[in-house]
Amino acid sequence: MARRQHPWFVAGLSLVLTLVLALVPLPRAISAFRPDWVAVVLLYWSVTAPRRFSLLTAFWMGIALDLLSGSLLGQHALALLVIVYIAERLHLLIRVFPLSQLGLTVLALLGLYEFILFWIDGVAGVTVPLTERWAPPLTGALVWLALLAFFDSGRREAHARF
Amino acid sequence: MAAPVRTTPTPARSGFSVGVRFLLLSLVCLSLMILDHRDQHVERVRGTLSVVVDPLRLLVDLPFRGWADVRENFASRETLVAENERLKRDQLNAGLRLQRLAALETENARLRELLDSRARVGSRALVAEILAVDLDPYRQRFNLNRGLVDGVYVGQALIDAQGVVGQTVRVGPFTTEALLITDADHAVPVAVNRNGVRTIAVGTGDSGRLRLPYLTNNADVEVGDLLVSSGLGGVFPAGYPVGRITEVTRRPAQSFAEVIAEPASALDRDREVLLLWNATDAPSGSEAASLTAPK
Repeated sequence: MARRQHPWFVAGLSLVLTLVLALVPLPRAISAFRPDWVAVVLLYWSVTAPRRFSLLTAFWMGIALDLLSGSLLGQHALALLVIVYIAERLHLLIRVFPLSQLGLTVLALLGLYEFILFWIDGVAGVTVPLTERWAPPLTGALVWLALLAFFDSGRREAHARF
Repeated sequence: MAAPVRTTPTPARSGFSVGVRFLLLSLVCLSLMILDHRDQHVERVRGTLSVVVDPLRLLVDLPFRGWADVRENFASRETLVAENERLKRDQLNAGLRLQRLAALETENARLRELLDSRARVGSRALVAEILAVDLDPYRQRFNLNRGLVDGVYVGQALIDAQGVVGQTVRVGPFTTEALLITDADHAVPVAVNRNGVRTIAVGTGDSGRLRLPYLTNNADVEVGDLLVSSGLGGVFPAGYPVGRITEVTRRPAQSFAEVIAEPASALDRDREVLLLWNATDAPSGSEAASLTAPK
């Protein structure tokens, strides 16, 4: 019998914890560098354990973010859907990337996420400053790589051989 | 052995392929956004759903509240004595001012009666605590621990001990979302206290700055002028301090001056705010009543 890689409750708990992390107030100086936790964790799952979470999970997490942040209902949901969909489609390809390319791919996806949010804000006429938008994808990609290093070091090689 | 060692990923449960599901969900998102942007119907859905995420807000707020309690419990005797002293002094000062206020208020009511204008009615207030929750660094928003059950409504003014803080924009059953006056999408009708010049204070997205873009070069404003809410617009009751002018730049080439003000209230240090029930709708004279009554 193979050990299950991640029991369901671990995965579910990680999602709740993610929302908590997204909410915890940070000092003003570093709050602009807060990674988009939900996007990062969903990307982590969709690459390491594809189909563990369906697109529906991404949708509901996005709706939760919309409710919590008071943005347009569906704004975060759409952005998350897009990046999770891309990651799911490409996960076979992404998984065998060397670490540096993995980082860049995640950076690009998080950049896309941020761009979609910004774009919808623009269309809806919400005034949002453009500066400081570059920081969350960067810190997000770093966090993503850290997650991979901590939780996935053994399994990555196995996947690569798989 | 042919038996798979690793658990294979479970196939999608619904009959649709991933691409189709993605398209369907995206369409749902798009229509939700359009509905939310255009209509008020989604507000009810949002209110109901927000009950689900409310526990999360309270959970995040809990350690911060707990820490405040712990600090209160273990505060040393000296700090408590000092605080007590200070509060007593403040109380005395406030009491002195209140005594004069009572006299002034009756005088004001009498004068207004003479002028045959509507009397200002004292408004009701409720203390609300700000939840230590923070999500979007680009927006000056926060959550309060009061909601529909407390009678909070959309467009209600929020003040603290120093001045105007903001207004409510979205009310859930138990929590409320509020916008600070410094949010880039917010504007307060203000009057310069010294001479009554009326203008509008617009937020900048920075919690220490307000912009007054509609003052001409020859407008009579100076650095240090106090801005009070003018009561126009109907959200903020008249006479509460909004900010103090910190910068006036007059450029002859442009017709409008660049005026910057600093908010009067401690916007990023507050833990508690007051929700005001606007009482200007309650007319006192029969004439005012007839004016507002629908024909």
